[in-house]
Amino acid sequence: MAYDKFNILTSSAVPLPIENVDTDQIIPARFLKATERKGFGDNLFRDWRYGSDHSVKKDFVLNNPKYSGRILVGGKNFGSGSSREHAAWAVYDYGFRCVVSSFFADIFRNNCLNIGVLPVQVTPDFLQTIFEAIEKDPNTLLEVHLPNQTITLVATREQEMFDINEYKKSNMLNGYDDIDYLLNIKEDIRAFAKNRPL
Amino acid sequence: MSAKQTLFDKVWDSHVVQRIENGPDVLFIDRHMVHEVTSPVAFLGIKNRGIRVMYPEKTFATADHNTPTINQHLPVEDPLSANQLKMLEENANEYGISYWGLGHEKNGIVHVVGPEYGITLPGATIVCGDSHTSTHGAFGAIAFGIGTSEVEMVLATQCIMQTKPKSMRINVEGKLNFGVTPKDVALYIISQLTTSGATGYFVEYAGQVFRDMSMEGRMTVCNLSIEMGARGGMIAPDERTFEYVKGREFAPKGEAWDTAMAYWKTLPSEEGAEFDKEITFDAAAIEPMITYGTNPGMGIGISNGIPLAEAVEGGVATYKKSLEYMDFHEGEAMMGKKIDFVFLGSCTNGRIEDFRAFASIVKGRKKAEHVTAWLVPGSHKVETAIKEEGILDILHEAGFELREPGCSACLAMNEDKIPPGKYAVSTSNRNFEGRQGPGARTLLASPLVAAAAAVTGKVTDPRELMTMEMA
Ligand code: SF4
Repeated sequence: MAYDKFNILTSSAVPLPIENVDTDQIIPARFLKATERKGFGDNLFRDWRYGSDHSVKKDFVLNNPKYSGRILVGGKNFGSGSSREHAAWAVYDYGFRCVVSSFFADIFRNNCLNIGVLPVQVTPDFLQTIFEAIEKDPNTLLEVHLPNQTITLVATREQEMFDINEYKKSNMLNGYDDIDYLLNIKEDIRAFAKNRPL
Repeated sequence: MSAKQTLFDKVWDSHVVQRIENGPDVLFIDRHMVHEVTSPVAFLGIKNRGIRVMYPEKTFATADHNTPTINQHLPVEDPLSANQLKMLEENANEYGISYWGLGHEKNGIVHVVGPEYGITLPGATIVCGDSHTSTHGAFGAIAFGIGTSEVEMVLATQCIMQTKPKSMRINVEGKLNFGVTPKDVALYIISQLTTSGATGYFVEYAGQVFRDMSMEGRMTVCNLSIEMGARGGMIAPDERTFEYVKGREFAPKGEAWDTAMAYWKTLPSEEGAEFDKEITFDAAAIEPMITYGTNPGMGIGISNGIPLAEAVEGGVATYKKSLEYMDFHEGEAMMGKKIDFVFLGSCTNGRIEDFRAFASIVKGRKKAEHVTAWLVPGSHKVETAIKEEGILDILHEAGFELREPGCSACLAMNEDKIPPGKYAVSTSNRNFEGRQGPGARTLLASPLVAAAAAVTGKVTDPRELMTMEMA
């Protein structure tokens, strides 16, 4: 499934300063029963957003009108747990294009890159700076510049570089996915498969 | 190549179709397992592209994640689950994939049936849209969980694109203490490394403890690799591995077997091969483990108290949130805490060895009256063995019922949900908030600890109920 190109994103951000946010929190298992990729944004952080009686939990950040934006800033070890791509879909479908953390779980990071959400890993210190800036001013703007691989607090120009491999970067910039690439080398794959014993 | 190679290097490098500069490797996949939850959107993807499954004979489908564990002969009640099961069956038929649906004699949890039927082989690359695919690493395979986009890639091209992870070797030397099981070894390692301690790495488990361990035990350990952040874990294949694989339905036969064996014997890491990271633990330091918090790294020896916030790595706020969810307090003992549910099952501990262990403790005792116990075999094959070995009689006499195979309360997508606020001692792999049902509180432990809790109704050291011969 192709996604929108990602180039430069300037937006306010939603802070979630909790560590080890696992994929069962991002999208609980009971919402994985769909057979199409539709409506996952509604259930993003379902059990933190709503009580069991569907009441809105006012103190959860997504329910706080002070915070909005296309960037989600999470604590260390974001996205640990299951391989469900639904977690990345929920993040994307809710409207986020970028997740910032000081550390990501591997599969979640991969899934994000595959569907057009940019994971930006910053140092723990810079993450702290971002959280503090948003706490002071919920409208704080962040600029995520993919071509330059930088993330910047717009007001103070405090900045960090982030890593992404060249291949994934060009995919994100162009809105391509890996399947397009693989389909193009199918003959090579077939030749390789002939020599596999299994 | 002059550098000494690791087991992981050998298997990985032999599957690289293409190396992209400054990018990932194109990795060929030998075996692809699919289940009903993470595959529908992937099948939809190839349908929309107008393409077929490239190698249907390398793909195997089973229904497990949201299947009921009672009355499987009746239609599935939840319409959404029923729809996913129907879609899987239709997709499997449409593309010519082996399909082991509800009621099929080979049905069971994807990571339990793979090894049972010889689909899992040493030196293979194995993927599935489920993070506990790492289980299959017990055979010296590279096995890891993938997302749905990647499921689509494998269906379409039998390949995925992956950056080669770093390597880590975890050695556990010496002999395990009485009452200490493979589950305890894994929970101990995770408690030492934390849930992100192996992120970015592929782990090889080595040392006497793993050499001495049964294949079932090795599967339990490799299964839990993902809970310390590792992409997967593997153990060098040895005589025990070959013995297990030999004669299974999809394993090579005759001449092909001899060729395979000759190759598999070349797989172990070479003497002097270097790992990006290497850690060694002493088996004697491990006791039966139990978790007290909301991630699998929050585990302690069962006789210990819950650590104080300042003694734990990570944020105090996150730690306090976790204890609040569990309604536990810093410094409290775990032993003696009253529990409500016991869940024996999952791809972590739903194999025959786990049921033998559970039965060894409940034999001649009675289930505690207030405890609800869900005993769920990992597959029909396990279920049959439970009956044939007389374990079912022992369970019945002690007041337990056996359910039908599936993932069940491991992720609570079916009806098997622990009610809000209730405590469950579970042999599964995740104690996340709400994992076993909204508001459920999970204590992860071994089948022995689960059995001890089931008969006493509280957290109990299983060693108190064991005799020396049972060790
Ligand atoms: S038992 Fe649990 S971990 Fe294993 S495959 Fe099923 S849901 Fe995943």
